[in-house]
Amino acid sequence: MTVWIAIAVTAAGCYALKFAGLAAPRRLLDHPAVRRFAMTVPVALLAALVAVQTFSDGGSALTADTARLAGVGAAATALLLRAPFLVVVAVAAGTTALLRALGLG
Amino acid sequence: MRDALGIGLAVGVSGVAFGTASVAAGLTVAQTCALSLLAFTGASQFALIGVVAGGGNVIAGAAGALLLGARNTLYGLRLSDILGVRGVRKAVAAHGVIDETAAAALAQPTPAAARTAFTATFAALFVFWNATTLVGAVATERVGDTSAFGLDAVGPAIFLALVWPRLHEGRRIVLVAAVGAGLALAAVPVLPPGVPVLVAAAAALLGPAPAATGGGDGHGEGHGDRTGLDSPAADGAAPEPDRPQEARP
Repeated sequence: MTVWIAIAVTAAGCYALKFAGLAAPRRLLDHPAVRRFAMTVPVALLAALVAVQTFSDGGSALTADTARLAGVGAAATALLLRAPFLVVVAVAAGTTALLRALGLG
Repeated sequence: MRDALGIGLAVGVSGVAFGTASVAAGLTVAQTCALSLLAFTGASQFALIGVVAGGGNVIAGAAGALLLGARNTLYGLRLSDILGVRGVRKAVAAHGVIDETAAAALAQPTPAAARTAFTATFAALFVFWNATTLVGAVATERVGDTSAFGLDAVGPAIFLALVWPRLHEGRRIVLVAAVGAGLALAAVPVLPPGVPVLVAAAAALLGPAPAATGGGDGHGEGHGDRTGLDSPAADGAAPEPDRPQEARP
């Protein structure tokens, strides 16, 4: 049930954020602090999500799952090689799956 | 129009990834599809299910999703004059204000072309994203235990791909990312799941000052594309003329 509530809050909130942009006075965008915050926050959040989802299983313990670490590392390598998004994702899952199949991680 | 289809296809494939990850995280197929239909903004959806996956605090997860969704407000601000929609049409158009549609619309030379691009991209994305979410979710439900498929590496890989283009913007941005990641990891053992990622938002305070980053980060030009983070597919979708700065060095 709480998951449904979270979905409702997320859906309503995301819609409200989109609508607010269309409805708000345009000069709000000229405010440097507003713009800076909106531009920079996603970088911090995404980096945090990478770290947390790589080094934990979602709980309160930090873990280092060898197969998953290798998968994320492979994704980073693919990004360095300018691979397209889908290749990056496939490489991550494939590497992790392969290592698990071999009995690692 | 063809571009819209291309973007739609690429996004559709990441819809499969979302459907898969969401069911693997423990959401039902119905919950997964509801998110894609109603939230319809990829990065936020992935953020929420990431928290649910660990049995975390789902309200904190929703808060993280909303923080990520805040940049759609910026797109809306830029699009409102161009689209010029009112009433019911405005309410409908608002749902489609995301990275790809903003990029497609803002790349057009005239308002009329922008409106067409927005509508076509929105329609293509909405159909593909939701259809493929369903496919991924149902397929994963059938499979059961998905750890053998390495799907737990998909979430971090997607977020890494999303943040990657931004890391070329300069050292301050890299610092923000590093501090954000460090803060979150430090908070994992002491704060409820979902909250550490919110803590990381504080790292944004280290971001570049508005006028201090060279390279014309000044007024008007090319802001929509710089925040192009939502789109799992944006990196893979070739036809996106509005993202010149993200051409990698």
